Amino acid sequence: MTENITAPEYIKHHLQNLTCTLHDGRFHCAHSAEEAKEMGFWAFNLDTLGISLVMGVLFLFFFRKAAKNATAGVPGGLQNFVEWVVEFVDTSVRGSFSSGRNALVAPLALTIFFWIFLMNFMDLLPIDYVPMLMGALGLSHFKVVPTTDPNATFGMSIAVFFLVVYYSIKIKGAGGFLGELALAPFQNRNPLVQAAFVPVNLVLEGVNLVSKPVSLALRLFGNMYAGEMIFILIALMGGAWAGATLGNITLFGSQVLLSLGWAIFHILIVTLQAFIFMTLTIVYLDMAHQEHH
Amino acid sequence: MNINATLLAQTIMFVLFVWFCMKFVWPPIMGALTTRQKQIADGLAAAERGKHELELAAKRATQELHAAKEKASEIIAQAEKRAAEIIDEAKANARAEGERIIAGAKAEIEQEVNRAKESLRQQVVELSIAGAEKILRREIDAKAHAEMLTAIAKEL
Repeated sequence: MTENITAPEYIKHHLQNLTCTLHDGRFHCAHSAEEAKEMGFWAFNLDTLGISLVMGVLFLFFFRKAAKNATAGVPGGLQNFVEWVVEFVDTSVRGSFSSGRNALVAPLALTIFFWIFLMNFMDLLPIDYVPMLMGALGLSHFKVVPTTDPNATFGMSIAVFFLVVYYSIKIKGAGGFLGELALAPFQNRNPLVQAAFVPVNLVLEGVNLVSKPVSLALRLFGNMYAGEMIFILIALMGGAWAGATLGNITLFGSQVLLSLGWAIFHILIVTLQAFIFMTLTIVYLDMAHQEHH
Repeated sequence: MNINATLLAQTIMFVLFVWFCMKFVWPPIMGALTTRQKQIADGLAAAERGKHELELAAKRATQELHAAKEKASEIIAQAEKRAAEIIDEAKANARAEGERIIAGAKAEIEQEVNRAKESLRQQVVELSIAGAEKILRREIDAKAHAEMLTAIAKEL
């Protein structure tokens, strides 16, 4: 903290996206959370978009490079790493996806896993560096971790949701899919009683269906957001620096130690969340491929 | 923290990334992995086959060695037998030759003895005739008695 701002301001500053919009033919970015809210739906979080685009392009660039030079002979360093990741994803898909072959599932899982991993990994950059750099470039706010923005996580989970619906209808037919929604879990041989169950079933199964993308997105968002929050709180300790007193030195030391500890622990979280998102996607798609009754 | 159009942009980006990954990243890598897997499997199978063949060859080599040894010992036995035969033959020949030489020598000795006897007899006859001639010179006519003396000499 270079300027004299209070702790709540520091936190707020770190939690706000670079939200920009074209308003009355003029491009401008929000300077506060209220302003960002006022922009309504047609605004873009440029930091989320930029970082996630860079991460996605990085991922595809290196994997494409390895794929282009892939040989069945002795693999080089990059190919080794890429093959290791691909094989890991392929094993997960084989383990969770039991409904025959689907050319989409494995590449989808790989993209989800590695893209989310890279985006989460931005969390391990020192928390103030990128926002300060961007501040020097004239950008008031900058959130480095795209997955702490629900737009990014919901963006992915909604795509997954549409895939689930698409494959449900493709495999079971529209009737089969609707039947699954309307005729379970409560069933009765008597058609009248069954008809009475339909609304209840629709509500239950509807919630069940919608909860899939919501839980996917919120789990990732929540974990990363909380992790980011703790980094911010740890960063506040040394931020109270006002001369080399014993208390300040102790605070600074604890900030270094706690950051280190939390960052090391976060390496696990970062990978784990990417893995969970990938595995659940595979499982949801597998369920979409299976006939339940 | 607001939901805004970023959501749509992220979804589109995600779909494009997945499409790219599915088209240009996954298939070549998987292809390489599968090909290598097959190569390794083939290599292992070939190694296994080679090992098996080596075992067979070793077995065959042992058999050949055995057969060769047997043949060699057979040949040696035959050669020994033949050598013994040749020695026996040579011994027999030598003995026969020796006997022949001895027989020849004996015959010659016999002849020599006979010749000596003959000449001795002749000399005895001549001596007898000379003695008798001296004794009987005066009283006996050599011509009259020569016939009788020759007959006596033949009886000796």
